[in-house]
Amino acid sequence: MSPILFWIFVAVMLFFGGMVVLNRSPVGSALSLVVSFLALAALYVSLDAYFIGVIQILVYAGAVMVLFLFIIMLLDLRAESRRRVNFPAVCGGFVVIILFIKVLSEVCYSFEGGNAKFPPISQGPQGDVWHVGMILFQQYNVPLQVVGTLILVASIGVVILSKRVLK
Amino acid sequence: MIITIVVSLAKAIGLIFLIILPMVSYTVYAERRVSAMIQDRIGPNRVGIPLTLFGFPKDIPFYGLVQPIADAVKLLLKEDFTPAHVNKLYYWLAPACAMAPSMMALAVIPFGSQLWGEPMVVANVDVGVLWVFAVSSLGVYGIVLAGWSSNSKYPFLGGIRSSSQMISYELSLALSVIPIFMVCGTLNLPDIVKYQIDHGWLISPIWIKGISLFPPGINFQEIWRSIDILKIILWIPLFISFIVFVISMFAETNRLPFDLPEAETELVGGYHTEYSSMKFALFFLGEYAAMIAGAAVIVTLFFGAWHVPFLPTTLHNPYTVWGVLLGLIHITAFFVKVALLLFFFIWVRWTLPRFRYDQLMRLGWYFFIEIALVNVFIVAIILPFVPK
Repeated sequence: MSPILFWIFVAVMLFFGGMVVLNRSPVGSALSLVVSFLALAALYVSLDAYFIGVIQILVYAGAVMVLFLFIIMLLDLRAESRRRVNFPAVCGGFVVIILFIKVLSEVCYSFEGGNAKFPPISQGPQGDVWHVGMILFQQYNVPLQVVGTLILVASIGVVILSKRVLK
Repeated sequence: MIITIVVSLAKAIGLIFLIILPMVSYTVYAERRVSAMIQDRIGPNRVGIPLTLFGFPKDIPFYGLVQPIADAVKLLLKEDFTPAHVNKLYYWLAPACAMAPSMMALAVIPFGSQLWGEPMVVANVDVGVLWVFAVSSLGVYGIVLAGWSSNSKYPFLGGIRSSSQMISYELSLALSVIPIFMVCGTLNLPDIVKYQIDHGWLISPIWIKGISLFPPGINFQEIWRSIDILKIILWIPLFISFIVFVISMFAETNRLPFDLPEAETELVGGYHTEYSSMKFALFFLGEYAAMIAGAAVIVTLFFGAWHVPFLPTTLHNPYTVWGVLLGLIHITAFFVKVALLLFFFIWVRWTLPRFRYDQLMRLGWYFFIEIALVNVFIVAIILPFVPK
């Protein structure tokens, strides 16, 4: 992917990530989060990780956020009322941010390996779906089965709990 | 680099504007004519070339085939009214959100073999079907936003119904096609088509190879070899997954018998009650485009996409007239199959009564998800015995 597209998607992602916090209406926040997720998926695709990118859209943007939106609409939340800006708190926040960036950059520059370039990704003839499948079912087969059973038990539990009449 | 971008753009624009959008408008026309046929009416059969406008004594009626153009002009010229009580931004955003995803879903569909050596698929990505599910799951935002931003009761109920319906049926939609991936061993749609060319369409229990129309010839040994008992056994779960997938697709595209989000007897117009003019038309367009995308996915997964039986799939030199002609035949075959499925969609709509909402939910959660899950197990048991 060309660097121009990378910067566009990064800008979109960060802008809408900020809008999640800054937006006064809950529906606006939720939708900003959706756009942010979509831009993040585009960044995954730029790393040739199509599978993760599509799963990101399918699970987060397509399912989780629809549920969020659904609940926000059912609860009929009003837009937050505007409060007066607390000046000392804002200043304190900026000081913390600057200190955090300072610490982070010092740590990054003192760490030698941080400057080394990553080797280019070589996937071979199979796509990333194949690789993810191979690793999941060969290296992590037992954890996968355990997680699968856990989710199955949880979903059966939900069905039992949501039944009106327990016999 | 530039050339690939230009070619992809040409494919995308050609697919959307030359094929899908005209197909959408003529699906609406077909819907009206077929419904008229079923209800023993005549339907729109008058609008033709309006020669009386230019001083000629008579119009050419043309079986009403110009009706979609007249409809489009009508929708564009109507007053675009925005009610005062709506949430403006989301009200304007919703029609676009409803239409764009169904167009995007078509990006991974292989709608033809090749033209001048260029494969007829806009984006040949490995995630294939997952992309279709991911993008079509975004289509619910348009409907939910329309329902919410209209700030009125009927659209709101329609939006709520639609979101819960689409979330429920996405599960069975995705689960029902897992057997296909297990059989084909890939998510990539062109590869699934290749598998179907070699082993037979997934919808058909037997597959006869060895007959060829171009050049004409019959090879009895190959016909005998292509009959396979295990393929016939494997066909049963694949047919079950076909049925579950098609019915879930009806629910996912909000078609009758599952059109609860816009049930006009209960909700006036559902989520688009407050919309008029071109914004309403965009919802309409999105719904039919989603239907076409759904039919295209069904054709790709079960009906061998662009494959025509007994015709060669490629020629040695795709640049000759015959090669281009073959490519065009394949594209035509794909859209003929899609059109037949659309006719089936319309036929079902005007034949079956609407489900009740609790029946719809029970059908999705109690039957289809379970059937799809059991189906995965059945295929997993059969597969080890099938010779590669």
